[in-house]
Amino acid sequence: MIAIVNYGVGNLFSLESSFNAIGQNVIVTSDPNDLKHSDRIILPGVGAFEDAARKLFASGLAEPLIDEARKGKPVLGICLGMQLLFTKSYEFGVHDGLNLIPGDVRPISDIIPADFKIPQIGWNSLHLTKPSGLFANSHEGDYVYFVHSYSAFCDSGYITAITDYGAGLTAAVQFGNVYGAQFHPEKSGNVGLNMLRAFCEV
Amino acid sequence: MITKRIIPCLDVRNGRVVKGVNFQGLNDVNSPVELAKYYSDNGADELVFYDITASSDGRKIFTDILRETARNVFIPLTVGGGISGVSDFERVLSCGADKVSVNTGAIMNPNLIPEAAKLYGSQCVVISADVKRVDGQFHVFARGGRDDTGIEAIGWIRRCVDAGAGEVVLNSIDTDGVKQGFDLEMLKAVCDVVSVPVIASGGAGSIDDFISLFKTVPGVDAGLAASIFHFGEVAIMDLKHRMYDENIPVRL
Repeated sequence: MIAIVNYGVGNLFSLESSFNAIGQNVIVTSDPNDLKHSDRIILPGVGAFEDAARKLFASGLAEPLIDEARKGKPVLGICLGMQLLFTKSYEFGVHDGLNLIPGDVRPISDIIPADFKIPQIGWNSLHLTKPSGLFANSHEGDYVYFVHSYSAFCDSGYITAITDYGAGLTAAVQFGNVYGAQFHPEKSGNVGLNMLRAFCEV
Repeated sequence: MITKRIIPCLDVRNGRVVKGVNFQGLNDVNSPVELAKYYSDNGADELVFYDITASSDGRKIFTDILRETARNVFIPLTVGGGISGVSDFERVLSCGADKVSVNTGAIMNPNLIPEAAKLYGSQCVVISADVKRVDGQFHVFARGGRDDTGIEAIGWIRRCVDAGAGEVVLNSIDTDGVKQGFDLEMLKAVCDVVSVPVIASGGAGSIDDFISLFKTVPGVDAGLAASIFHFGEVAIMDLKHRMYDENIPVRL
């Protein structure tokens, strides 16, 4: 069973639907026990880091999520959910994340040319920089759907894919059993569904 | 490289797509669910569902249809029509919409965009503006393009973006339905003043119109159209292959 962490943030309907579409048993849950009994955990999220982090820590789900991840259960953070996996974020102040992946989250404006629009909204291609279980069904140059103004900065050893938006932005990461996708696999057509299929096999 | 997006728009009334639809191979061409799947499988980068029902019964049917579509289609879905408060945002977001476009609601209630952006994030809030030239000035029109608000459009769109809108759909009433091309002058005026993505709407009659749109106004991120796609006058994959040949970044 796949548990989608429901801490009051994000469009969970599409995520749940996409796992249903690939024939996976999925539950959207706020119950820590479901995280313990699941095989895999999805951490979704849209909006602002501070607000999401506060809700996640207040929900009582952050601790069991960290415990399960430390025990080796596959965890996939999506969009803001990926950013929450990192040590901290510099989005409007400095805020702590889950610290499951060493690194931090900074504005893409720090590294992209001034004439690029922020947020990056739309389909961009993946440059696969490192093998990852998440990409078992993926191909170099696959297009995925992004919506973000911030990006993860970490050791290049954890970065599994980048995308070119005037600069190479972190598109996907893996740190052991903890995975992150800055884009939305659940909104990236068959390419995205294939990634979710791959995650169910890691 | 980020691609230019091609977006079919489906006007939905009482659970059915209106404006003629003419496709071979679909069992029910007026079913939003079937048409959305068809477009998703045939190269659309995103879909816009526009609710043109007036009644609350119609609205209920619309959200049911939206939920059914979102269950089956895995590309971004934007919903517009009848969005007048944050409760409308909640209603459509909970049914699987990714973005919500506001038009008359933002004119009537100046707090709508900032409130919604705070609650759901700017990426979720699209300002959709119906704009027409009046005495040499661009004016914002309300109620489906029927009422001239007298508001100067370019400044108004910029204020909406400053207030939290994360994307702009610019629909030129002057070119809408004429099928002689997008309103490049109006689009350029908007692209010059906003830093968020701009979606061109109104006037597409041929593949050439899209090519000239993206070549002439590089600031435009996406082209939106309805009837030329629904009638099969332009097949999205033909359009996208032509864009590729013209060196316009495109997802094939």
